[in-house]
Amino acid sequence: MKPTDTSHPDYFHKVVDCQWACPAHTDVPGYIRLIAQGRFDDAYMLNRKSNVFPAILGRVCDRPCEPACRRGRVEDKPVAICRLKRVAADNRGDIQDRLPEIPKEKNGKRVALVGAGCASLAVANDLMPLGYEVVIYEALDRPGGLMWSNIPAFRLPPEVLNEEIDMIVDMGVDLRLNSPVESMAALLEEGYDAVFVGSGAPKGKELSLPGRDVDPDHIHIGITWLESVAFGHIDKIGEKVLIIGVGNTAMDCCRTSLRLGAKDVKVMARKPRGFFKASAWELEDAEAENVEIVINHSPKEFVIENGKLVGMQFELMEYEIDANGRITDTRVVGEEFLPCDDVVLAIGQDNAFPWVERDLGIEFDKWEVPVVDETTHESTRKGIFFGGDAAFGPKNIIWAVEHAHQAAISIHKHCQGEAISERLPDGMNLVSAKMGIHEWSYSNDYSQDERRIVPHVDLAERFKQLNIEVELGFTAEQAAEEVERCLNCDIQTVFAEKLCIECDACIDICPVDCLTITHAGPEEELRQRLTAPAQNLEQALYVSGQLPQTGRVMVKDEDLCVHCGLCAERCPTAAWDMQEFALFHPHVKDEVETAPGKQPPKYGT
Amino acid sequence: MSFITKPKIVHPSMPRNALGLTVRDYEGGMSTLCAGCGHDSVTSALVQAAFELDVEPHRMAKLSGIGCSSKTPAYFLKQSHGFNSVHGRMPSVATGANAANRELLYVGVSGDGDSLSIGMGQFVHAMRRNLDMLYVIENNGVYGLTKGQFSASADIGSTAKKGDSNEQPPIDPCELALSLGCGYVARSFSGDKAQLVPLLKGAMKHRGFALVDVISPCVTFNDHEGSTKSYQFTRDHYHPAILADYIAPSQEIRAEYEKGAAMPVVLHDGSQIVLRKTDPDYDPTDLAGAFAYLQKQSAEHEHVTGLLYVNEEGQEMHALNHTVDAPLNGLDYDRLCPGSEALATLQENFR
Repeated sequence: MKPTDTSHPDYFHKVVDCQWACPAHTDVPGYIRLIAQGRFDDAYMLNRKSNVFPAILGRVCDRPCEPACRRGRVEDKPVAICRLKRVAADNRGDIQDRLPEIPKEKNGKRVALVGAGCASLAVANDLMPLGYEVVIYEALDRPGGLMWSNIPAFRLPPEVLNEEIDMIVDMGVDLRLNSPVESMAALLEEGYDAVFVGSGAPKGKELSLPGRDVDPDHIHIGITWLESVAFGHIDKIGEKVLIIGVGNTAMDCCRTSLRLGAKDVKVMARKPRGFFKASAWELEDAEAENVEIVINHSPKEFVIENGKLVGMQFELMEYEIDANGRITDTRVVGEEFLPCDDVVLAIGQDNAFPWVERDLGIEFDKWEVPVVDETTHESTRKGIFFGGDAAFGPKNIIWAVEHAHQAAISIHKHCQGEAISERLPDGMNLVSAKMGIHEWSYSNDYSQDERRIVPHVDLAERFKQLNIEVELGFTAEQAAEEVERCLNCDIQTVFAEKLCIECDACIDICPVDCLTITHAGPEEELRQRLTAPAQNLEQALYVSGQLPQTGRVMVKDEDLCVHCGLCAERCPTAAWDMQEFALFHPHVKDEVETAPGKQPPKYGT
Repeated sequence: MSFITKPKIVHPSMPRNALGLTVRDYEGGMSTLCAGCGHDSVTSALVQAAFELDVEPHRMAKLSGIGCSSKTPAYFLKQSHGFNSVHGRMPSVATGANAANRELLYVGVSGDGDSLSIGMGQFVHAMRRNLDMLYVIENNGVYGLTKGQFSASADIGSTAKKGDSNEQPPIDPCELALSLGCGYVARSFSGDKAQLVPLLKGAMKHRGFALVDVISPCVTFNDHEGSTKSYQFTRDHYHPAILADYIAPSQEIRAEYEKGAAMPVVLHDGSQIVLRKTDPDYDPTDLAGAFAYLQKQSAEHEHVTGLLYVNEEGQEMHALNHTVDAPLNGLDYDRLCPGSEALATLQENFR
């Protein structure tokens, strides 16, 4: 195995599991440290730089960071990253004067954004400070898209949503509500310099089974139904409700049903646990509200009596599951009838573009999904870009935000006549965290605490109204303890082999046995003969060059390092150092500030 | 030293020994020695050896005198018994403890000052009476705790940090041990745990006095050019004469040892040490040969390491003195204190 090349930012970036997993590469350890210091404004702004909607995402983010969190491997539970983000948002002061200045003099370029959801809003957020005129077309009478229509108010209060939307709209966006775009051709005729489609995936999947069309008033499409609830058009549901599907929309549907008068809500899953699409915490929240999740039931028919829905017939399924957890065989072993008053279908959603004419040079694939470049977000027609769910199908808010950042770069380059594929690469900076002999610029001690549970509103209390926010958020005291669980993975262990005298001090002190001095060898074999075998193949080995005294190499298994810095404290020659890693992940602002050919600026937090 | 303590995190795939303990359970307090001190590696090797031998922590007694080395018993097996004695007087305390309770595992940790200067008399007599214990000398050639004066083990020509050269001949504890009939004489290096750990395990299992002299560089006062006990010099002049593998009674000897090249030595409890010679002329059961070999190699400034001499036939202190075969705390009061009449009879014998 060759010495590890740490010159590319990806190597150390991957060590910061949360930041690497976040589509927008939010500097998670950085903002957690700011929260620890009580610098909520700074923590909020650091978040906002990457993910634009910290208060919203602090409540409803899909949190790819948490399953990735190293703490989850060292013990059981990851750091409550998402809820800490909310702490920053809940406790911040007025940050109005820290938002970018919007030039009064516009640059003469006009950009149309279709749909006022998270993707379009984030594009506007990036382009407004550069002097673009931005027009957003929204079909509904308010902005927010799925964040408003599909996420129930008991998870995301409207005032939180509106505050962060207003920050962007108030930059001077020309927001045109009640203005559905009915024809792309007509939109193009308005002469915009670029068009961004962020219209989401607004079409809920249908379940075509016998009886579906007989009593449509009691069979609902999940996302449409949630939207009607949000509008107040629907304010009640039957006592017995079946939700079909176990994704996150299903979780919102079952919990909303309970607030509209349902007494007995069952979520019907075709497969066993472990195959559910819903996030673990959303399942947990639903089950805490006494929703029953019924597994291995495959819908067969809507049962109608006298023209009225009375229940559903299900096939009982049995699965053969192999050692890798894959289903190898499926059997129907029986049938069951479950009575109900209403059925909500939450089995997925599609993007739909009936308004895009197919002769404009915008290609669609065989599933009617537009052909979009994954880096530039440009469609097959120059100057037309897609992002969010509209681009590659349903994902989540944080993905939509990152799409928007990338699309904004493309839109800017397109409008300025630059090649949209020539983009700044990611960069990094490393700065020693050493402040004194045994002093570091971060809290390096390991907290033995377990993950804190976010307090919730009492079960009886929360059903009284549709819009009582269930989660209360951490108190300042709880947050102060939870932040200490963060392992500061961005404080990298950096090794300088020339200085090493092979005294073994680092190896002896490492609390998780992640260091070894040994002779070099092929990676697969090397992984087996380390102090502790390196079994997590997704985590890199950091291998040094030959050590001066014996020609052996230092090997670090990145998997379980808790970044306590003891290796560096114990190193008599400072061959190990703890260095703070700062990722430079360019946005359109950086493209503007960096002249072509220049090195990307290096900056820290 | 560090300000934070080593966090207690149990690695999910961390192995457990027969007692269900992890290696972390054999650690002690945080070291306050200099960062990079060889002694910390010796500590770590002791931890590893005790873990691998399934030592019950409460069945070990740690003893030491004064010096950097003598601080180290605080850094391993925090659940064991311990006695930090007066400078150079650890062997007396160990003798007393062992006389009272012969069933504990005694581990003494000393240094070149504690053993070869102030405690020389105690050290040699403990070997002479063949006290059943593991005696580790963390040998760095300087008095580190008093800022780096030459110790009695400093080689001729070795220089101090400021450049002064030592002109007095060194005392080699291994040669001393050979001359006193010690039955387990080993030398190793703190930077070579692959060699050190099995030597410590063998020494813990040896019945009688087992000396393990460990070259353990003083990173602060004796790790410079000109030192003969620096990391660099030790590695450059490292001469393993014998490689030892410890084999527990339940384990089978691996077939890959070549006949003739491998030499099994059976210890009293049935475990074995398999010695692999790197020098075909060396015989670790030949006392005179071992002595000559050491003399020759040290004249060439080589650090000869490995299990230099082993003899399982020797009789340890209790056998030599015909003492009772049980720990004193296990005896009935009547046996322990037979009364005035018994005393009178005893005294009568001496008249």
